[in-house]
Amino acid sequence: MEKEVLLEVKDLRTYFYTEDGVVRAVDGVSFTIHKGEVLGLVGESGCGKSVTSLSIMRLVDAPGKIVGGQIIFKGEDLLKKSEEEMRKIRGSEIAMIFQEPMTALNPVYTIGDQIMEAILTHQDVNEEEAKKQTIKLLDLVGIPDPKKRFNEYPHEMSGGMRQRAMIAMAISCNPDLLISDEATTALDVTIQAQILELMKDLQRKIGMAILFITHDLALVAEMTDSVAVTYTGKIVEYSDVRSIFKNPHHPYTYGLLESIPSLLSEKTKEPLPAIEGMVPSPYRMPKGCHFNPRCPFATDICRKEMPELKEVEPNHLVRCFHPVNVKEEVS
Amino acid sequence: MSEFKDKKIILEVKNLKKYFPVLGGVFSRPVAWVKAVDDVSFHIYEGETFSLVGESGSGKTTTGKTILKLHEPTSGHILFEGKDISNYSPSEMRPLRRDMQIIFQDPYGSLNPRLPVGEIIREPLAVHKIGTKKEQEERVVEIMKLVGLRPEYLHRYPHEFSGGQRQRIGIARAVVLNPKFIVADEPVSALDASIQAQVLNLLLELQQKLALTYLFIAHNLAVVRHVSDRIGVMYLGKLMEVADTKELFDNPLHPYTQALLSAIPIPDPDVKKERIILQGDIPSPINPPSGCPFRTRCMYAKDICAEKTPPLVDIGGGHYVACHFVKKGGKVEYSKS
Repeated sequence: MEKEVLLEVKDLRTYFYTEDGVVRAVDGVSFTIHKGEVLGLVGESGCGKSVTSLSIMRLVDAPGKIVGGQIIFKGEDLLKKSEEEMRKIRGSEIAMIFQEPMTALNPVYTIGDQIMEAILTHQDVNEEEAKKQTIKLLDLVGIPDPKKRFNEYPHEMSGGMRQRAMIAMAISCNPDLLISDEATTALDVTIQAQILELMKDLQRKIGMAILFITHDLALVAEMTDSVAVTYTGKIVEYSDVRSIFKNPHHPYTYGLLESIPSLLSEKTKEPLPAIEGMVPSPYRMPKGCHFNPRCPFATDICRKEMPELKEVEPNHLVRCFHPVNVKEEVS
Repeated sequence: MSEFKDKKIILEVKNLKKYFPVLGGVFSRPVAWVKAVDDVSFHIYEGETFSLVGESGSGKTTTGKTILKLHEPTSGHILFEGKDISNYSPSEMRPLRRDMQIIFQDPYGSLNPRLPVGEIIREPLAVHKIGTKKEQEERVVEIMKLVGLRPEYLHRYPHEFSGGQRQRIGIARAVVLNPKFIVADEPVSALDASIQAQVLNLLLELQQKLALTYLFIAHNLAVVRHVSDRIGVMYLGKLMEVADTKELFDNPLHPYTQALLSAIPIPDPDVKKERIILQGDIPSPINPPSGCPFRTRCMYAKDICAEKTPPLVDIGGGHYVACHFVKKGGKVEYSKS
């Protein structure tokens, strides 16, 4: 059964006009998120994953500019909305959480006041009701003693508790879409496990969709339904999570999966199959496929032309002239 | 059994403590102490990689820096090749710095931005007055090749390099004196996934070529598992468990180690782990819990855990555990409280 489409990003282009030239941070990105789906957007620094999320929120500041594409949310193009209309959508229908909770929390207001403010802004309730809801939310995200914590300032809380407070604020208006931009990256692993568990739990309870942005492939495997792998502002591979991990076709995805140490790998203290070279500078993009200088399979055509994102298997898109086939290699 | 059983111990740490004062009041007197490292003992064999893992505030970095005497130990002993260096003055330490080096997490902050790379790598040779300037320059070129930096880049400045290359510069500087022992403090944490593997490979290659011993400090347990021979797990300034890598991952006995290992995400969507979700946060090291520091989050904690600090005991085969309920031979007696 086809699920209802919640967000459709079509050919999004966000460029930065800097003194040194134009940086195509997001360069023709398209993806779809269905209701209640978790889509992972994965890539290394400079791949444009955070700019994609800021574009969806329409929060790109100069010298950055959305120069093309459509962001269709519940059937309407967000790029055509007025600033006033966007303000209503942000926080109530689309909410965002970040790596550093202090970018979202105001240090001079108590946690409770800030969450209450979000509720009062977007919902038609009185203060008493908003306070009740706030305390319920703090409890829901696992903050112990929520009545007391209501009156605490962000600096009085630990990193994990602040992250929970930020999540409480983000979900306070039951958003349809939560954008999580490296939200657990700065946390310790046992705290990260708590927060991920909380996000999964809330996603099931509230039925919200999540755009899960991360550099960590292991988290993608745990959290997402489908995955878009990005490199230098473009999606290079896009499929359901199982296909990406079990049958990666792009040499970059394949290389990354091979090179990360995993608890499952049997060879330790041996060289990892590393990807050579590094991500190219945004001012000096190679001609053709941007991955070609690092790609062991690159041929002449890869150095001349940028491949299209094409379906190589049902629902599995790959931007490559010579897709890897793991299944064949094994047999 | 460790393959290092008959090997020489290069470094031994005995009852190491490092407390930092929390100053307060009109006279800036210590009003409290942060017990960053609190009675830690372990040893490292020549040629191995011993890793310290733990979450923020566990004291792993402070332990590494105190071993190199970048912090003065509050008490305890550090034996490097049998010599007790814990009371060495900075001038007594200087000749030893040739043998003991450090690689930092932040390849941006640890390199002098005003010096060209050749000078950054040559500096330790100049400080220790090793060879003529020409010999030093030859050595720099040799080391740059060894760590995978093109010698043509000799005259470039740190900002002209990527994060991965900068980490190579930091590594070059650490190995230029041909040390025996290197503390690698989160050497790949700040690097992108595709660069991490390159730098880990370089560290493994240098270890073999130069017969290095590493004290590897990291929070990423998948990385630690890949590089280590033995691992020590720290929590709030104390060692909770020490074992061979395989033994630790196959048979973790401390409840904290069990929770920590179970929290590691696995890059395989088919693997669904039974996860031990710990309650609450890591307590402040200023006011750590009495007895076992982990007891406030431990699902097996009993009265004795608040009363007595469990010692780190060898339960056999070089596997050490600090828990009241883990007995000799790995017999486990804990039950949910």
